Amino acid sequence: MSQDMLLEIGVEEIPSALMPGALDDLKAIAAQRLQQSRLEFSEIITLGTPRRLVLHVKGLEEKQKDTVIENRGPKKASAFNQDGTPSKAALGFARGQGMEVSDLDIRDVAGVEYIYAVKKESGGHTVAMLPGLLTEIIQALNFPRSMRWGYFQTRFARPIRWLLAFYGGQLLSLRIENIESAGWTMGHRFLASGPLQVTSIDEYYDCLRNNYVIVDPRQRREMIWSQVREVAARVGGTAMENEDLLTEVSFLVEYPTAFYGEFSISYLDVPTEVLTTSMISHQRYFPVFDADHKLMAGFVGVRNGTDYCLDLVRAGNERVLKARLEDALFFWKEDTSKRLADFVPGLRDVLFHEKLGSILDKVECLRSLAVLIGANLNLSNKVDLDRAALLCKADLLSSVVYEFPELQGIIGRYYARQGGENSEVAEAIMEHYRPRFAGDSLPASETGVVLALAEKLFNLTAFFAMGIKPSGSQDPYALRRQALGVVHIIIDLNLRAFLRVLITETHVVMSRSGFQLQLDAGETAAELMDFILQRMRGVMLDRDYSYDLIDAVLYQGQDDLQQIVNRAEAVKQFRESQAWEDFLVVFNRSYNLSKKWDSTEVQAEFLVDESEKNLYALVNHIKPKAETAFQEHRYNEGLAMLAGLRPAVDKFFEAVMVMVEDQDLRGARLGLLKSIAETGNYVADFTRILQ
Amino acid sequence: MNFQEIIMNLQYYWGQQGCIIQQPYDLEKGAGTMNPATFLRCLGPEPWNVAYVEPSRRPTDGRYGENPNRLQHYYQYQVILKPSPDNVIELYLESLKRLGIEPARHDIRLVEDNWESPTLGAWGLGWEIWLDGMEITQFTYFQQCGGFDCYPVSAEITYGLERIAMYIQNKESVFDVEWVDGISYADVHHQAEVDYSQYNFTAADVPTLTTMVNLCEEEARRIADLKLPQPAYDYVLKCSHLFNLLAARGAISVTERTGYIGRVRNLARTVAREYLEQRERMGYPLIKDESSRAELLETKEVQG
Repeated sequence: MSQDMLLEIGVEEIPSALMPGALDDLKAIAAQRLQQSRLEFSEIITLGTPRRLVLHVKGLEEKQKDTVIENRGPKKASAFNQDGTPSKAALGFARGQGMEVSDLDIRDVAGVEYIYAVKKESGGHTVAMLPGLLTEIIQALNFPRSMRWGYFQTRFARPIRWLLAFYGGQLLSLRIENIESAGWTMGHRFLASGPLQVTSIDEYYDCLRNNYVIVDPRQRREMIWSQVREVAARVGGTAMENEDLLTEVSFLVEYPTAFYGEFSISYLDVPTEVLTTSMISHQRYFPVFDADHKLMAGFVGVRNGTDYCLDLVRAGNERVLKARLEDALFFWKEDTSKRLADFVPGLRDVLFHEKLGSILDKVECLRSLAVLIGANLNLSNKVDLDRAALLCKADLLSSVVYEFPELQGIIGRYYARQGGENSEVAEAIMEHYRPRFAGDSLPASETGVVLALAEKLFNLTAFFAMGIKPSGSQDPYALRRQALGVVHIIIDLNLRAFLRVLITETHVVMSRSGFQLQLDAGETAAELMDFILQRMRGVMLDRDYSYDLIDAVLYQGQDDLQQIVNRAEAVKQFRESQAWEDFLVVFNRSYNLSKKWDSTEVQAEFLVDESEKNLYALVNHIKPKAETAFQEHRYNEGLAMLAGLRPAVDKFFEAVMVMVEDQDLRGARLGLLKSIAETGNYVADFTRILQ
Repeated sequence: MNFQEIIMNLQYYWGQQGCIIQQPYDLEKGAGTMNPATFLRCLGPEPWNVAYVEPSRRPTDGRYGENPNRLQHYYQYQVILKPSPDNVIELYLESLKRLGIEPARHDIRLVEDNWESPTLGAWGLGWEIWLDGMEITQFTYFQQCGGFDCYPVSAEITYGLERIAMYIQNKESVFDVEWVDGISYADVHHQAEVDYSQYNFTAADVPTLTTMVNLCEEEARRIADLKLPQPAYDYVLKCSHLFNLLAARGAISVTERTGYIGRVRNLARTVAREYLEQRERMGYPLIKDESSRAELLETKEVQG
């Protein structure tokens, strides 16, 4: 027989950001603890609002599963005296197990007989076990930020104020600090009064519904989104889709009612991003756009409650937003009364890193670096690059970015345009932070591409050269993300970039700009290349290249990330082709014998057999052509040429024995084989390919 | 309800709840938290319930009296309940009713807001409390103060008096708030806002203030060594205000700021330690209930 179990942990308002994780954890911890306790169940669901975490275990068996416990005792040989009576050892063991010697079993373990105590333990009653188990589950919940309250030592996200637990129709009694579970819950903080008695799980859900608590977060979320869309549609607009905002709002309310509010169109002069950021991050409103995707002078807010006195709530919210937007307008006007370049000298007082100086020091270095990388990649031009680098951090000192740090770059672009900078420079200011997160768009303007690379290479080189590297989960300067950004910019935009050279040059430019770096350029480049290639590896795995293939191509000619992908793709395709088998024979036969030989030199005068003279001539003919093909990135063609050596290679091995006594002859033959085996190295390390 | 009635209603309500109604501390400070009635009293095992108005100064927030929502001098209403009672939120909501704010008619939310003061070595978790989208109160459970764990934990309730008054009186500008019949907030404070903005941003003499900061810091350290925690703390407060003036004047670089915060934190920690030791020497006279004394001091031993 089974019944449902329900636990409600009543709390003061838990931060919305912690709720999704807390509900997942509650579910996982409950499943784990129940399984450990051999309590079978059919399903676990967790529900919650800001004021409650709810654990509902469906179909929880009434009894713990029976189990058999087997304990090994002494060897049979020492368990019995010669007359067959039990020895002291056996008696002691039986006493320890609480059994009679006659009840002990004898079992064979790898040819040796031992006495065994085999006990059937019949399972306990679930209802008796639950209070202890639920207390453990509550105490096992961990939050990224937790607190103590009152006189107590328990830590939780916010204080626990009540507990309610049922198994079937039976109330369970548990206690956390001074809180004892009792047969009551609480409804909506303002729409229900006092503790509400409940006597069963069904009644619990009814009670919440009747007291303005939508306890299922999915249901709340759907209610909110459909209300928000409807309210926006009523004014002919579309509400902004924003998953994070929707999740956050759904964990800020127990009973949602959406409403529309307005603000003066005079604020629409302020950049849209500033207005929407203010609405979202300060007020948790949904911005509304018209049919032309233009921001409307209104918003959708979500109240925690019904539509009672909704006009009062609307008026209050409108007034708050007005004050916010007034601030935004003030900052915007204040910022745009200056030119973007006027902010630059102030960057002297903004610290980049205590060991690496100010942002202005960085900007000065970025100017040289951007010009250098631009020339290297043949992108953009010196004037735009220098200008964009000079201005790219200026908006950090603007009032708007001070208020909304997440708008860095975006605001810089607005101010640059307003100040008459050309579009390459303005776009680059915004784009140089990209990609800001996984899946973010890449810079599109040439100047933006170069500056984005310069920004990331500067940061990576600077920190690596100071010995500051990510370790484990510690990556305070987001160096992994930036390395990944470098990888994506290069391979997704098809850039031909010699990365090791760029890192070395970045190091040189930094040193020349007066940065005191701890590691030299060579060491920095070695460590950083390795770090970037690790990211590269991850990207290739995501793109379904196999492990062996990635390892084979990653460390050959590693400077050029674009070609790593191209070589992987070429080998992947070549593997599917007819010629692959021939190529493998050629490679394996030549590689296996010559792997310990360290020269590709062939002294042709020592060759004697017709087959080896033929092969030698053919290799001399084919190899330069294949190498040219590789250098021109026609990898498949080159590999096919090598595969074409197969008949000659086969004949060679049929006709001669390589490892002959004559050292000169052996050397010539090994050199010849080595020279064949090494040709493909330009493309991949074929020894790593699983065949 | 005019401005002073709001204050008087809060005083009366929290007085009824058993709070000591203290008066503002007589030194410049950025927030009611810096008043020794909060910063020092939150330390150690002794119960403490207090409420007071705190005039607070934030030099960089000055707007020459032109912004309807920002002031460089404003009022907080501060309540400390130590230990935090189980019904602390209900007590707070009841206080709103005393101000004529009926929660059911509005949208009242508790939105995560964690508080940290690096200079005081203090932090806590709590909320900002929203009334129809407007933050009217900060609510914090103190976890650490002066680098020491708080046990028991205090609940701190900080009302933004001007905002609440604007809401109650339906005013768009703080300066239009009615203080008492026929007298507005502007009548009382506007010219001072203009003058202080000018002083904070342009007139304050940087070398003089720098000298004063250094003198106050030296004095704080000297007095702390004499085991006089509260006089030493006064000089920490003076340091803090002078430093904020220098920051408003744009005279503080980032490196200087970091260094300064570290130095003040050390001073605050020293003061906190001296205070804790002093209370222990005195035998914790505020523990009036002898049965809880044993329990409180036992926990202290465990924490060691």
